[in-house]
Amino acid sequence: MPKKYRAMWAELGLNLDNHDKLLKTLGKVYSDIFLSQVNRPKKAEYLDFVVSEVHGLRVQELVEGKKQGRKVVGTYCTFAPEEIVLAANAVMVGLCSGADFATEEVEKLLPKNLCALIKSSFGFKLGGVCPYLEASDLVVGENTCDGKKKAYEVLKGLVRDLYVLDLPHTKNENAKPLLRAEFEKFKAKMETLTGRAITVDALKRATDVVNAKRQAVHRLSALRANRLVPISGLDSLLINQIFFYEDPVRFTGQINALCDELDARVKSGTGVTDARTPRILISGCPMAVPNWKLPAIIETSGAIIVGEESCVGERGTRNLVDNSSTTLDGLMDALVDRYLKIDCAVFSPNTERLDHIREMARHYKADGVILYAIQFCAPYTIEAIGIERQLEKAGIPAIRIETDYSQQDVGQLKTRVQAFIERIKD
Amino acid sequence: MEQRLTAGIDIGSCTVKVVVLDGQSVVREAVVDATARPAETALRLLTDTPSCPVVATGYGRDLLEVHRNIPTITEIKAHALGARLYCPSCATVIDVGGQDLKVICLDAAGKVARFEMNDRCAAGTGKFLEIMAQRLGYPLAEFGNAALTGADALTISAMCTVFAESEVVGLINRGVDRRDIARALHQSVVKRVSAMFKRTDPLAGQVVVTGGGALNTGLIGLLQRDLGISIHAAPAPQTVGALGCAIHAKQSPRE
Repeated sequence: MPKKYRAMWAELGLNLDNHDKLLKTLGKVYSDIFLSQVNRPKKAEYLDFVVSEVHGLRVQELVEGKKQGRKVVGTYCTFAPEEIVLAANAVMVGLCSGADFATEEVEKLLPKNLCALIKSSFGFKLGGVCPYLEASDLVVGENTCDGKKKAYEVLKGLVRDLYVLDLPHTKNENAKPLLRAEFEKFKAKMETLTGRAITVDALKRATDVVNAKRQAVHRLSALRANRLVPISGLDSLLINQIFFYEDPVRFTGQINALCDELDARVKSGTGVTDARTPRILISGCPMAVPNWKLPAIIETSGAIIVGEESCVGERGTRNLVDNSSTTLDGLMDALVDRYLKIDCAVFSPNTERLDHIREMARHYKADGVILYAIQFCAPYTIEAIGIERQLEKAGIPAIRIETDYSQQDVGQLKTRVQAFIERIKD
Repeated sequence: MEQRLTAGIDIGSCTVKVVVLDGQSVVREAVVDATARPAETALRLLTDTPSCPVVATGYGRDLLEVHRNIPTITEIKAHALGARLYCPSCATVIDVGGQDLKVICLDAAGKVARFEMNDRCAAGTGKFLEIMAQRLGYPLAEFGNAALTGADALTISAMCTVFAESEVVGLINRGVDRRDIARALHQSVVKRVSAMFKRTDPLAGQVVVTGGGALNTGLIGLLQRDLGISIHAAPAPQTVGALGCAIHAKQSPRE
């Protein structure tokens, strides 16, 4: 990355040595995993560009924006309502937590046996390597799982301004009023932070922007249902990851253009692989940048990933917001309705998730489902057992994979994934 | 006849195995130490075999795939294929290997339905038995019999191989009968195997034990007692994976 960004990183307070190491590793990993793929669409150049500028151009945009009074809101969960952030003329960026970093420092504050995603978010902070974190005027956490809930108590002391969204854990009759109250509180916080009142117009425009972003990835997902899949699972995952921090309007334009190319590929019968390649649906915990470990194993073992039932994926983008109301009350209600449809495992009961997995397996013509959970994640590992059983009963091959971010178990994972692929091929 | 010949290679963590199959008959089988160059070792074992299709499996299979363009299958598929040749009604394969433990459940057609593996920890593997045999002063080949002659006098409480070894040292120093300790150690392995077996919820049918662990009469005897069903140690159990590869080379010639 060009030296022109060094001053910006220094000013943000990054640890430049650590940051250099991170970028070097990231560059190599990206090259090994993404650039080695064959038959990528030409528009994948956009993805390569975004990643090559991951701590450069986008950060610069945010920093320039801050000078113009546009606040930066860093978030960790798909429940953070981007519509409200945009309506306050602020910018929302999903904060990465997809790699181990500064582990020794993290383990002074958090237990060793804890979700790698949570530990990573701390590692990026303690290592001083994330410009998005350092640029955030507000960091939004959320009361989802036990691990996050308690970890945010510790994070509070480490960041400028931490705001924790209290989410309901059921979808019963109290859930909607609770989430509505939380979104109202968050709206008030955004208004205080930015000094702007959120108007009906602003909220409607913001909702249009976020809906458009979601529609672009809907288009992408639909294209992957084709027998000849025009884009790899790895590239699709990356798109779903970039979704969280790229400029929404630019993202929408670029992904729609990519989908135009994929449309043409489908019409001309071009796929990244042939029609006999086993098709896998991944389901479970979200994969944050730069967690590409399992998809890389799957797609270098002779299979192709045709969908992600994940918050970084279809579960997080499935539903649009009904933007028809002309009152703030109606719009806020519509937001709540939309967000409550997310069937993350922190909710109980969560029976719709199995229905969605089955529907996705059918729709994307998956030959098998890989249920992915990060080690120590109680909600997803518990759900996975029942879901695996039900899928097998329904004649859909399924396997549970539980892992962390380390490279230690790559060999073991490869054996399991390859054995699963052998099974579905036989 | 050369066209009927196929070969299988299993590069394990402790040993390298080679099997040459002529139709349905094994005409060559070998088990040698892995050495520092396992791929070369395996291929050298095939030098006097006429050129024929080869498939590889095991921990080190990628070496052959990447450098010699030899197709590979996982150990899971390989053990399933090999076990079914010996026992056509086999429903479950228990592979007690040098450094891992697997339970493979087969469906009615003999295909892999589900499996479980422990490849992260020595407990329940051949490595555990190897370390304990040495600690107690038994040649590995006699360790199983010693266990069968011991009494059910104690249990080993440590889960971890390293801590279990320390526990064994303590027992030896207290003058506990070596055979009783041997039995307790075998029961530890049986416990792990049995738990994994039950978790996979296998179909009714023959249970075949493969891998070096199947050579251990103590393990087979005590496992049989614990599970309450008859289990069969595959003949030449260490070569079952390589055999499965040779079978696959025959059934699925490379396109």
